Amino acid sequence: MSVFTMPSLGADMEAGKLVEWLVKPGDQVRHGDVVAVVETQKGAIEIEVFDDGIVERLDAELGQTLPVGAALAEIRSIGEAAAAAPAAQPAAEVVEARMPAAAPTPVLTPAPTASPPKQRVAAGLGASPAARARAAELGIDLADIKGSGPGGAIVLADVTAPATEPAPTSAAPDRGAFIAEMRRAIAAAMTRSKREIPHYYVTHTVDLGAAMAWLDAVNAGRPPEERLLMGALLMKAVALAAASEAAFNGHFGPEGFHPTERVHLGLAVALRGGGLVAPAILDADRLSLAALMGAMRDLTARVRAGRLRSSEMNMATLTYSGLGETGVESMAGIIVPPQVALVTSGAPQPMALVRDGAVVARPAVTFTLAADHRVSDGRLGARFLSEIDQRLQSPEAL
Amino acid sequence: MTHDEIRRAFLEELTHVAPDLDAATIGGGDHLQDDLELDSMDILNLVIALNARFGVAIPEADYRRIATPDLAVAYLAEKTAKPAGTGG
Repeated sequence: MSVFTMPSLGADMEAGKLVEWLVKPGDQVRHGDVVAVVETQKGAIEIEVFDDGIVERLDAELGQTLPVGAALAEIRSIGEAAAAAPAAQPAAEVVEARMPAAAPTPVLTPAPTASPPKQRVAAGLGASPAARARAAELGIDLADIKGSGPGGAIVLADVTAPATEPAPTSAAPDRGAFIAEMRRAIAAAMTRSKREIPHYYVTHTVDLGAAMAWLDAVNAGRPPEERLLMGALLMKAVALAAASEAAFNGHFGPEGFHPTERVHLGLAVALRGGGLVAPAILDADRLSLAALMGAMRDLTARVRAGRLRSSEMNMATLTYSGLGETGVESMAGIIVPPQVALVTSGAPQPMALVRDGAVVARPAVTFTLAADHRVSDGRLGARFLSEIDQRLQSPEAL
Repeated sequence: MTHDEIRRAFLEELTHVAPDLDAATIGGGDHLQDDLELDSMDILNLVIALNARFGVAIPEADYRRIATPDLAVAYLAEKTAKPAGTGG
């Protein structure tokens, strides 16, 4: 028998509200199955199970706000006899008492007027963050709304005020409070990161002349769905560098740093109205550029619709955050625990570089590495950025 | 297709790519990236959707011509009106 607990949803999300069970006692589950949906400030997240077995008992109720580690269900191994009587009391209540201090005003608590969510059988309750905020404002249960977005996700347009519009009460969390709560959670996580991780920074500007020329040639004549963006090339170069420099890829736990061979590269995606989320693309170093590009497009679409999976939220071994195609020259970031490095880049743009003793205008991008002094130092950090540079000089090999 | 029909279809695809946008509050002059905060990945997803809907494969050089809903409607009207265009 194993207790299935609320998984980590990333350093800046310490709790989620259970809005849907997709399994019931007696159901067989396998590693990777989505068994529940929780609602967070960053959209709905599908919770995956990590054991094979039979669902013995559900320990958490719909509508409960559950911190990471709270018991959700008991899973019995196949072949194991069913338990006689549940001895342990549902752990959710116990752990709720020690809700992290990072959330002084639990925004995920339902509005006082809201009725308890209904048990649903529909597959999924994805909703965009804006739709969630609007529904909360109007006091509408998301379970009562039919979604028209990708994968049936509830989008803003689906959330309409009921005919007999209840006057929005001041108790209902509005969008401003929702965002304020997310900012507080981000601030708490980043403060902890800066307190615990001795950061150092290394910066390097990379000539993108070769990459840009290759990209233009490759994209010319391709239909839109086959086009690549420079962001995919930068991402792939970071992933390949991470695969060869172990000190930047992995997790720092209570026993110290555990480098990992697989590169699950987190991609930071800015949320409209503020905040960001950095779900992981698994094995990013082994994906072809086309596959990586497809994964980045899919991830961005699911961030917008609020349909991310728990494994994507906690498996990143390193994070990359780019400023897209337009914007400022560079950006330095704060490492997302338990990772030990963060690679950021400014917008690719023409810059004055020196070639053969003369100043020339070249397309270029400036990378900044934030890394953990407990694991590495500047010399190694410089080598890591040089590796990214070298990879980008041979774009056809990416 | 009339301009109104094109606008409705464009806004439908836009709010599909960015479901957290409210079609009712999008202005014709709103810049997709600067005002509506679409990133380059969103823009590509939109271009793919517009290609599927209108049969217009917008080249990267023309992205500035769909930078706002007003611009995009005019651009799509022009491209779909051509007799040589694909099926419009």
